[in-house]
Amino acid sequence: MIQPLSDIDVARRVATDIPDGSYVNLGIGMPTLVADVVGPDKEIVYHSENGILGMGPAPAPGEENPELINAGKQPVTLLPGGSFFHHTDAFMMMRGGHIDLTVLGAFQVSERGDLANWITDVVTHPPAVGGAMDLSVGAKRVLVMTTHVTRDGRPKLLPQCSYPLTAAGVVDRVFTDLAVLDVTPAGFVVREMAPGLTAGELQELTAARLTFADEVGVLSTS
Amino acid sequence: MIDKRVATLADAVAGIADGATVLVGGFGDSGVPVELVHALLDQGARDLTIVTNNAGSGERDVAALIRERRVRKIVCSYPRSAGSIWFEEFWRAGEIELELVPQGTLSERMRAAGAGLGGFFTPTGADTLLAEGKEVRVLGGRRQVFEEPLPGDVALVKAYRADRWGNLVYRTAARNFGPTMAAAAALTVVQVDEFVELGELDPEAIVTPGIYVDRVVRVEVL
Repeated sequence: MIQPLSDIDVARRVATDIPDGSYVNLGIGMPTLVADVVGPDKEIVYHSENGILGMGPAPAPGEENPELINAGKQPVTLLPGGSFFHHTDAFMMMRGGHIDLTVLGAFQVSERGDLANWITDVVTHPPAVGGAMDLSVGAKRVLVMTTHVTRDGRPKLLPQCSYPLTAAGVVDRVFTDLAVLDVTPAGFVVREMAPGLTAGELQELTAARLTFADEVGVLSTS
Repeated sequence: MIDKRVATLADAVAGIADGATVLVGGFGDSGVPVELVHALLDQGARDLTIVTNNAGSGERDVAALIRERRVRKIVCSYPRSAGSIWFEEFWRAGEIELELVPQGTLSERMRAAGAGLGGFFTPTGADTLLAEGKEVRVLGGRRQVFEEPLPGDVALVKAYRADRWGNLVYRTAARNFGPTMAAAAALTVVQVDEFVELGELDPEAIVTPGIYVDRVVRVEVL
């Protein structure tokens, strides 16, 4: 029987890919879980687009400072060694290649590493992009954390994105509830799969053609 | 003698003309010059172009300007938020123009204006909807989009402390767009929590030097 990973299991797997000492920007939503599961053996400096390095966890109730918020507008704290700077500097850090790694959510990822994560439908909702385009072109390594298929079962990993792109050819690795896949010049290469899943079943749930590593690891579930 | 302090919010926004481009600081609710925006509402200028990261929420600041039909156009990275009802209503009715700009590009376009540059090429947005109609060049092996400077007639900024020369310090992440906007506008108006004597701000820690600032008003902190 297939055992898909829970969100927190995916976050744990992503966390193992973050080297000690990294400067990291976590996207809004599912990627923020990663900060909760990075082991205490690693010192990671979290960056926020609104001008924070060394961002810490949410404050205790009653300790919130309404001006000290993260990109998702939730209250956060500053760790010792942390700093504040203005917006232009915050985006210099992104675009200038100073952020080691980012973890982003996605609507779709193509086999060439194109990322679509900002709009699905331009008609009914006003479009909003925020810092997604800057971050995805600028971070040295772009990891995507997402479910393997949409809620109604449609594949998210495609030969080509149908939604408007956030950036072209930027994604390095994708972590889903079913697999870990690298984006390579030959397309998606499966490195690890959820327990109980066969290569054929994973391909069925993926619109892009998959290549499988010589040794495909088994992902852990809690 | 230089004294940029003004006595009232009405003095602070005096002379802002109909049709002005107004840069409004803030990210979410952090660092928004709420009282200055309300003073602009009372002052009556209309047909405004507002440049700001979010399009306001609820009934205050930029949302109130939109509600009162003062805003012709908004230049912004993320107009959607919980409570951005007025922007969404006007947008759906076709009564407000939206220029959507990636957040880092928004900030850098204002920086270019303040720095006297004719624009810049950025990899952000290449091969996306937001680069349509813009010049694209391959520079350093990457596709890069030409972006024009974005100057303001006016900037409305919130800081923490100022002296009579208009030197500014900010507080935590409320700094966000303030320093960039202060340099990018012909008339920079700043609201602060406190005035201090000249010489009292640590010169090593002044974030915005007074050369960029025209008027400073103190707003009573409740």
